[in-house]
Amino acid sequence: MTQSLLQVRNLRVTFPSRQGEFHAVRGVSFDLGRERLGVVGESGSGKSMTGRAILGLVRPPGRVTADRLELDGESILNLPERRMRKLRGSRISMVMQDPKFSLNPVMTVGDQIMEAYRLHAGGSRDIARQKALEMLNAVQIRDPERVMKTYPHEVSGGMGQRIMIAMMLAPDPQILIADEPTSALDVSVRGEVLSIMDGLVRDRGMGLIFISHDLNLVSKFCDRVLIMYAGRIVETLAASDLHNARHPYTQGLLSSLPRLDAPVKRLPVLQREESWRDGELQIKLSGKI
Amino acid sequence: MSESPITRPQSRREWLLSDAPQTRRQARLGAIYQGWLTFRANKLAMFGLIILILLIFMAVFAPWLAPQSPFAQNLAGRLQPPSAEHWLGTDALGRDILSRLIHGSRITLFIVGTVALIAPIIGLFIGTVAGFAGGWVDQVLMRITDIFLAFPKLILALAFVAALGPSIGNAVLALALTAWPPYARLARAETLTIRHADYIAAARLQGAGPLRLLIRHIWPLCISSLIVRVALDMAGIILSAAGLGFLGLGAQPPMPEWGAMISDGRVYILDHWWVAAMPGLAIFIVSLAFNLLGDGLRDVLDPKGAKE
Amino acid sequence: MIDTNTGGQGPIPPASAPDRRAARKRRLRSIAGTVLSLALTLLGLLLVTFIIGRVMPIDPVLKVVGDRATQAQYDAAYQAMGLDQPLVVQFFRYLTEVLTGDFGRSISTGQPVIEDIKRVFPATLELATLGTLIGVSIGVPLGVIAAARRGGIIDQVARVVALVGYSMPIFWLGLMGLLLFYGILGWVGGPGRQGIIYDGMVPHVTGMILVDSLIAGDWGAFRDAFSHIILPASLLGYFSLAYISRMTRSFMLEQLSAEYITTGRVKGLSERAVIWRHAFRNISIPLVTVIALSFGSLLEGSVLTEIIFSWPGLGQYITKTLLAGDMNAVLGGTVVVGTCFIGLNLLSDLLYRVLDPRSK
Repeated sequence: MTQSLLQVRNLRVTFPSRQGEFHAVRGVSFDLGRERLGVVGESGSGKSMTGRAILGLVRPPGRVTADRLELDGESILNLPERRMRKLRGSRISMVMQDPKFSLNPVMTVGDQIMEAYRLHAGGSRDIARQKALEMLNAVQIRDPERVMKTYPHEVSGGMGQRIMIAMMLAPDPQILIADEPTSALDVSVRGEVLSIMDGLVRDRGMGLIFISHDLNLVSKFCDRVLIMYAGRIVETLAASDLHNARHPYTQGLLSSLPRLDAPVKRLPVLQREESWRDGELQIKLSGKI
Repeated sequence: MSESPITRPQSRREWLLSDAPQTRRQARLGAIYQGWLTFRANKLAMFGLIILILLIFMAVFAPWLAPQSPFAQNLAGRLQPPSAEHWLGTDALGRDILSRLIHGSRITLFIVGTVALIAPIIGLFIGTVAGFAGGWVDQVLMRITDIFLAFPKLILALAFVAALGPSIGNAVLALALTAWPPYARLARAETLTIRHADYIAAARLQGAGPLRLLIRHIWPLCISSLIVRVALDMAGIILSAAGLGFLGLGAQPPMPEWGAMISDGRVYILDHWWVAAMPGLAIFIVSLAFNLLGDGLRDVLDPKGAKE
Repeated sequence: MIDTNTGGQGPIPPASAPDRRAARKRRLRSIAGTVLSLALTLLGLLLVTFIIGRVMPIDPVLKVVGDRATQAQYDAAYQAMGLDQPLVVQFFRYLTEVLTGDFGRSISTGQPVIEDIKRVFPATLELATLGTLIGVSIGVPLGVIAAARRGGIIDQVARVVALVGYSMPIFWLGLMGLLLFYGILGWVGGPGRQGIIYDGMVPHVTGMILVDSLIAGDWGAFRDAFSHIILPASLLGYFSLAYISRMTRSFMLEQLSAEYITTGRVKGLSERAVIWRHAFRNISIPLVTVIALSFGSLLEGSVLTEIIFSWPGLGQYITKTLLAGDMNAVLGGTVVVGTCFIGLNLLSDLLYRVLDPRSK
């Protein structure tokens, strides 16, 4: 591994609930270099919560603990809000699932991009405007002047997501967390949005955490893949090594994907076992949950 | 799941909270018990419930609880401040205010109870018919509903009572006539969401006529949201009824209606504050109790609305 | 809608002129639809007041001609009032009269009802406007903060304020306020709009004394009028505050859980910017409707308040004439308040269209 941008050790996110503590993330550790790291798991596996914990976006009463959470060798665990705010956007950023909801419906696209840029870079409105146009060009929007003036409901999902990427990359962050960035999009535009994002991340030498439930997509798109189950990483693999997966959950996920080259009559149902929840961690959950 | 179920006698609580109810009855009772647990955890709602139970108790046993007759005048002892003999003082005719409040609870409960029964039923009927029939029936009924909604409620009630003549019965009627439109809207919205449900289609295929569908399948599903709405509206009904009473358009003297009692005390407000203050306090406590209860019920019956 | 499903690969086709014209046409048509439906509502309102007027057990003829009239006089008046005509004809006659501002003559004042209303309405308007101002200026920030610090002290306070507001009889609170601030503390003027010395001293321009005294530059009259209006206006303001803060809080909570708020936080915006620059812009649109509704309900809610404070406004006028069986006046007043309601609905609908970019 080249020098790591982000080090995560034993990250945990817990929420109090009526039945006691709910552990959304239970001891996740990984390093992120200038690479594309895929995080795969089913819904509720804690993959999104991991992303939000890194950004310091877990709101109380949720609690984040870790042995180590470092950005470029500097601890960012439970920083005071004011300092965390400086990091957000400028050093770590995030693209979310559905641009229909993640863009403010009553602000123009241009205002939203300029706001992101000026917040960290300062400067006049004119400079911010230039930067916003430049970013819109970078995500291959052809008529940026016009798009700047539109409202989010006036653009398509694919274009919305490109606007989102332009906005989040405007302040030049080092790490981008993409939380299911294509699942809400039309299948026909997914590849395009991904390749735009990929190109930008590569050109800028950024680290990318790509969160998805789509193992296939992740294996094609990323360098490394973490498989999460019930708040833990059950297996880490190079994307090219996926077929060598050892954990039964990963094997299950792989075998439940339909394959054109080896059709089967009926896809196997994914089997889950209680023991995977804990594995080598050996956390005994006392009482009933 | 785990392979060796531990068998041991269940307590009644466990039976109720079971994840795997054996019978429909157990499931239903379990759901009610769960709701009760949620409700019980809400201290303010419990407080509201207790107040209302006390109020009903007070209304039922009014003649035995009231220290004096609510009508017994004593001009020698008029406008007495609260004392050991008259806990809440006496009014301009020397009547014991506490006794009048206790008897007045019957009137309040009667008005609230009747309005809360009539208005939702009118609304349920109009709303479900509009939603179920659709087309021009829906258009016409909803237009009428809108007209009533656009009316200033209190003034409409005033005009009704004025037209019909002031009395408790007419006050109830006027309040019910102004209170139904929101229920109609609500019932229509509910009907629209279930009208095309598969099980309605299934019932229809089994030969159920529109009337049967409406009564057996649609009404029961609208009831729970209507109940929440009624519980939340109760306080408003009390306040409107008291307002009518205050204007002299509700219960007529010498009936101890709380709003009218405030009106009686208005003249003496600067020197004999208790005459107007006590019945107002009673109205406040009761409508507060209804509001607390309504909030609690909403948390149980309509968790989605409770988040707001 | 531009570019809905192509993924935006191609350049966005500039909206062509016919397109834009069609959009404007659509918009006009939807506005026309709103206006039409409100006109229908107004018609319904008049129908209801008409029916109430006919159902009344009070004989309108007798009220005009008096008890001692002969049968011939009675019949003449009966015919003159058009009561021998079919109900449909009578209704149309009523309609044309009302639409030309003719509500008939009030029996209790002897004046045309419309003149009476012109006299009393500014007093109500002044009261309701100040009440709404108080309600909005406190209720909106209170609701926003309550939502932003959900479960915090401000949220608890807002909850109690609203709960008490929803549970308190307004006329009783008014009486208690009068007792405390006028009777005991002597901080405010008593019932009525003005002290005796200032009565009729300010030249009548708008009929709203606060405004008129400012126009006349008469500070003494302004202070006097203010000391009279502040208590009833605060009272109305409190009830409007209870409603507005509750609605603001609930709108705000809904917006704060929206994904674009997370976007704002990811950008690194401060919580204050997230709330006021992003979320507040979104709630300001539905808030317009809430404020309009609350203003309308204050116009109506002033009925009881005006009685308590002997405020010579529309509410007091309606109640007094009602108790006197003066049906022309009551129905005229009802129509005016109802029309205000409908007008406010129309206004908030139009404002909605202007404020919300999605409606274009």
